[in-house]
Amino acid sequence: MTTALRLLVVTVLVVVTITLQVSIFSHFSLRGVVPDLALLVVIAAALVRGPDYAALVGFATGLVLDLAPPADHTAGRWALSFVLVGYLTGLARREGDITVVGTLVIVAAGAFIGTSVFALTGLVLGEGGVDVSRALDVIPLTVAYDVLVTPLVIPLVVMLFRRLEPAERW
Amino acid sequence: MRRVDPRRSRAVLGLLVLASVTIITLDARRGVAGSPVDPLRTATAAVVGPVETAADRIATPIGAIPRYFGDVSELRSENAKLEAENAALQSQLRASDAAANRARELDGIATLADSSGFQTVTAQVVALGAAQSFSRTVTIDAGTRAGVVPDLTVINADGLVGRVLRAGPTTATVLLIVDGQSVIGGRLGNSMELGFLTGDGQVSDDGVLHFSLVDHTVSPRAGDVVVTWGSRNGAPYVAGVPVGSVVSVHSSPAELTETASVQPYVDFSSLDLVAVVTSSADGSSTAMEAAKGPSR
Repeated sequence: MTTALRLLVVTVLVVVTITLQVSIFSHFSLRGVVPDLALLVVIAAALVRGPDYAALVGFATGLVLDLAPPADHTAGRWALSFVLVGYLTGLARREGDITVVGTLVIVAAGAFIGTSVFALTGLVLGEGGVDVSRALDVIPLTVAYDVLVTPLVIPLVVMLFRRLEPAERW
Repeated sequence: MRRVDPRRSRAVLGLLVLASVTIITLDARRGVAGSPVDPLRTATAAVVGPVETAADRIATPIGAIPRYFGDVSELRSENAKLEAENAALQSQLRASDAAANRARELDGIATLADSSGFQTVTAQVVALGAAQSFSRTVTIDAGTRAGVVPDLTVINADGLVGRVLRAGPTTATVLLIVDGQSVIGGRLGNSMELGFLTGDGQVSDDGVLHFSLVDHTVSPRAGDVVVTWGSRNGAPYVAGVPVGSVVSVHSSPAELTETASVQPYVDFSSLDLVAVVTSSADGSSTAMEAAKGPSR
């Protein structure tokens, strides 16, 4: 598979994931909270390919999430938090093999870091709608929902990223 | 086990963080003239918007699949056939119910538009912002090609929904009135007193609006109707659209004015069909005047 084709597949994956998140999973929201499918894609990239690649996928995914409608916050906030999530979960992966419990812990940690960094940048920038009590409401629910959909999403995306891995890296 | 060079790894992280922070800095300085990131937003909307619209179209029948997932294939006896027929008829009935609801909603919008003399573009909500984003915005499937431009009023059969923030070719982003950053000029229906309605930014439930009156000698009562006050050009909000009704009144010694909680008429958790007001009662295009800028 050529690099260009790999890039195309990842781009399509990112756009489809974000569309699913805002158009379809928004109908299954819990108190407004929707599973972060985009974040799960970044974590899957981290599990398969490590911190560098995941940080890059995180940047691209976060930026699309920042720019695609119906987003209205300052662009770059999701990009920043997904870069950090990708890098940190990529580091955590290197300590051992992918296990079910390990993956769930990594997803919980990633969801916590991602949503918290996003909320923090909102507080720093003074964006309307973000306050500490609301963040404390939303963050635990996000973590729980992300962990809940992990078994449905992570295996599929991990499989895809394994296929996309260049042969010389094995 | 593959090796990761920690120095290269940290350089990648540093670069990406720097890139993110740069974008944040550029976009955080956005003013009235817009932000340097806006062209990117429009480009992304042009690509992702149609995908969202398509996904929403696909999702509607998917939601109906379980209904048809009966034991039809296993049915052999006459009795079972009749049951299937019965189920089919019932699902038809349910489908026609939904269609009737839809028609009623459209009728409602048409009535509201007719009675107020607005010209509208109807659109469907195709994507909703999540609570994690701490804002209340939705995507609708009408954009600049349908005549939708920023700062137009968005209504549905129940009342005021919000205003258009930005429009792509085929989609537009709408800021709901319950968002924490939304401010509307409101008018008490019975006394014509003016005030400001701000969204409470509640990200989960339906949310209420805070209404503070300009004239502190007047106090609103529970049950009072609040409508939009509107500006001369009808932008961003046209006048006379019902917003909600007062549910409770609070007064604090620290503030001169009394504030009231207003329950919006629109149910924001089940938004479907909306209408964008492209031209108001006097026949002048609000879109054109909005583009010209405030004349006062």
